[in-house]
Amino acid sequence: MTTRGLIDRFKTGLWRENPGLVQLLGLCPLLAVTSTFVNGFGLGIATLSVLVASNALVSATRRWIRNEIRIPVYVLIIASLVTCTELVFKAWFPALDRSLGIFIPLIVTNCAIVARAEVFASRNPVGTSIVDGIVMGTGFAVLLMALGAFRELVSMAWMLAILPPGAFFSLALAIAAKNAIDRRRRERRAGALPRRSRVINR
Amino acid sequence: MAEPSVIKGGATLAVIAAVCTAMVAFTYRLTGERIAANEQAWLERSLQPALSGLFFDSGVSESKLTVPAPHDLPGSGEAAIYRVYSAEAPVAALFVVSARDGYAGAIRLLVGVDVDGVVTGVHVLAHRETPGLGDRAETSRSDWVRQFDGRSFGDPRIENWKIRRDGGDFDQLTGASVTSRAIVKAVRETLQYFEANAAAVFSAADDDEGTQ
Repeated sequence: MTTRGLIDRFKTGLWRENPGLVQLLGLCPLLAVTSTFVNGFGLGIATLSVLVASNALVSATRRWIRNEIRIPVYVLIIASLVTCTELVFKAWFPALDRSLGIFIPLIVTNCAIVARAEVFASRNPVGTSIVDGIVMGTGFAVLLMALGAFRELVSMAWMLAILPPGAFFSLALAIAAKNAIDRRRRERRAGALPRRSRVINR
Repeated sequence: MAEPSVIKGGATLAVIAAVCTAMVAFTYRLTGERIAANEQAWLERSLQPALSGLFFDSGVSESKLTVPAPHDLPGSGEAAIYRVYSAEAPVAALFVVSARDGYAGAIRLLVGVDVDGVVTGVHVLAHRETPGLGDRAETSRSDWVRQFDGRSFGDPRIENWKIRRDGGDFDQLTGASVTSRAIVKAVRETLQYFEANAAAVFSAADDDEGTQ
């Protein structure tokens, strides 16, 4: 994969097809744990590592997996990886594990991970799948951290931000902001073209 | 006879299940020791707030006594008591109990009581109270639970172990009287239990010794 292609894939994961903002996947953990930056960071890193490893394993085994048994295989792979991640967190980041609690084991149910296994890893070679896992996982993790930081800051002035409704408001604001930026870009691009053609006409 | 494709699919699934199980087992072996050490350290650390100002032998977390339900301590599940000794003489008892009537589920509390029935410290271990209101019962957010330090039956009298709103002697957390009421009640019940069972609490064998 060329550097150009790599940059393009990162843009896709972080912006164009961000799992949280655009695909709206894995919203349950996203809404539940983003009460602080540290929690968002912790769950973001955990999800990212599970996603990379599951993409790698699903892609490596894709030739032997018959279509009929692919879903149970994904479940097995993802569940084992999440269990491993949980053990690693308990051993090396006990404080983070305690504050994330049930949400580390619940990464199993994050549909963003199954979605990447089904849509991407089962049809692409191992290297590309790992890149996809990194890119999509980073997109998800960055969103978790941004929402966590935002809610933690706003909650100092406005307590609602840290309560469950605050999670919905913050996510809605983030999606609205992304759409607004996209639209402005589109308009600028559309506005730029006629001006240039006018120059040519003269 | 099943179709060959079914057998083949089943076999693939079995192989993958075995590989995944091996992966988890390997990680477990790698992390098991560290996790056990972390949990022990966390327990020791969470017992500290109720031990301030006491002289005692180390290894408090090994003197655990589990009280199976039903018992007279607050909470419906089993409760734990850690006994603190100094040169074999009892110094204090630390109770891990739950106040059932919190605003959002049970509040896990650590209540330290010395041999004379005086509270040495109260610490909230786990809760799901409202952020910004009930969570001020946490030591890291306010000094509210410190008001129990040094109190006993007689200071105030047992009838006054209530929050002020209910005519008692203890301050409530503004906007969180349900949380406050639950914690005061749990501390009171723990003291009552201690008064009735002090001798038994200190003379019972440790859990570990009992099972060996």
